[in-house]
Amino acid sequence: MMRFRIHTFFLSIVLFLSTLVSVNAQHEEHADHNAAEGKKKFNVGDMIMHHIKDDHGWEFAHGLTLPLPVILYTQDGGLDVFSSSHFAHEATYNGYVKEHNKIYRAGANGEADKSIKVYDFSITKNVASLLLSAVLLLVVFFSVRNGYEKNKGKAPKGLQSFLEPVILFVRDEIAKPNIGPKYGRYLPFLLTLFFFILFNNLLGLLPGGANLTGNIAITMTLAVITFLIVNLSGNKHYWAHLFKPTGVPVALLPIMIPVEIVGVFMKPFSLMVRLFANITAGHIIILSLLGLIFIAKDLGGSGMGWGVSPLIIVFSLFMNLIELLVAFLQAFIFTLLSSMYIGSAIEDHHEADHGVGYEGPQAH
Amino acid sequence: MDLLIPDIGLLFWMVVVFGLLYFILSKFAWTPITESLKEREDDIQKALDMAEKTRIEMAKLQADNQKLLAEARAERDAILRGAKETADRVIAESRDRATEEGNRIILKAREELQTERQAMVAEVKREVIELSLDIAEKVLKRELSDKKSQEELVKSLVAEARLN
Repeated sequence: MMRFRIHTFFLSIVLFLSTLVSVNAQHEEHADHNAAEGKKKFNVGDMIMHHIKDDHGWEFAHGLTLPLPVILYTQDGGLDVFSSSHFAHEATYNGYVKEHNKIYRAGANGEADKSIKVYDFSITKNVASLLLSAVLLLVVFFSVRNGYEKNKGKAPKGLQSFLEPVILFVRDEIAKPNIGPKYGRYLPFLLTLFFFILFNNLLGLLPGGANLTGNIAITMTLAVITFLIVNLSGNKHYWAHLFKPTGVPVALLPIMIPVEIVGVFMKPFSLMVRLFANITAGHIIILSLLGLIFIAKDLGGSGMGWGVSPLIIVFSLFMNLIELLVAFLQAFIFTLLSSMYIGSAIEDHHEADHGVGYEGPQAH
Repeated sequence: MDLLIPDIGLLFWMVVVFGLLYFILSKFAWTPITESLKEREDDIQKALDMAEKTRIEMAKLQADNQKLLAEARAERDAILRGAKETADRVIAESRDRATEEGNRIILKAREELQTERQAMVAEVKREVIELSLDIAEKVLKRELSDKKSQEELVKSLVAEARLN
């Protein structure tokens, strides 16, 4: 049974990698289409930006777009809900105009009226992907939970035995050593964080997948939640370390205190940028590699495009494997650093490793 | 630059979805899962402790058995030794007694023999005396002329006596 599961797991990875070829084909089509439309040069920058940015409507392949609900709110007009497919045919719909992927109120002459603020709560590609991942997480972990109820007193089975080592890894390697004995309170958050990032990283790697964890709004939310947890659970040692560091000469305090305060904000900021940049960069590299095919085609015709394809496929396959590693790594790093920040905020003996440190080695 | 400006709509959905996800998962997934894991770990630890305790007890039991066995063996040896000693003593005693008895019988027999011999000697003496007296009487009765006939007479008398 277990062997079978492992086989299906590897098989699914192989299948997933083989679909990359279809991504290739899909872009081929894309470029052909562009060429047919206006003989304009293939713009690799636009193509990459189009893929890593959010969009109203989920484009799986060129011409195959899943329309998603557009939800708009304006102070005067109130709530407006309609399908994103309306924007595919005409630029203006229902008094709204879409310009560079942003929706504005249409003015009298059909131009975008940027003076009226439109709050866009649309179920965009990223939101749809977010909801999909949430459903996936719920389904997976409810099934794991049921496994514990069903196999009580027995060895874990199936999905439960597949994910149990990961849950134990988060608990024993991330939460326990970095937070200390009070890790139990923060474990649910860390587990949610880890699996949310992991699932979305992996979903983002699928062909046609949204670049969710490579979106600054997502990483910002995660970082802000970590920031709030760290600072709301910070004990008196944590605050004392910020404003009254022991062993620091008084003359240095005007420098030290601002540095410490900046540090408090830098930590979540670095979390936010690290995840965003890593995932976005990975997508950009893969898309650039695929874009090379069409650049080659523009330079030397269709034959050149086909000629470089095998090499590009090998490269993008390699990059995808690295991205697979990065997906796990970034989930791990975000969770690890979050637990380290929480751990340093609730640590009891904070003076031990700071301030009086110089007396330490001699005393020992 | 567009990439670095968070979208208000996505931010809103993310806060809502992640918040709900956190609450639902921690209530219905993480808590039961971590509790089950803890329970199982405790069970395993308990089982291991039990096994260790049983092992120690078994070792103790085995040591006890060994001791008991050694004691039984020692006791058996002691009993056997005692029995052997008793048997030896009994044999020695009976031998002593037998020897003594034998000696006593021999002594008695010897004494009886002695008495009988003495009686016999006394009898012989008496008979010799009687015979001598008889011979002397006969010799005295028959006055013998010559030495030769005297000797013959004595010889015949002696022969007569030997026949006795």
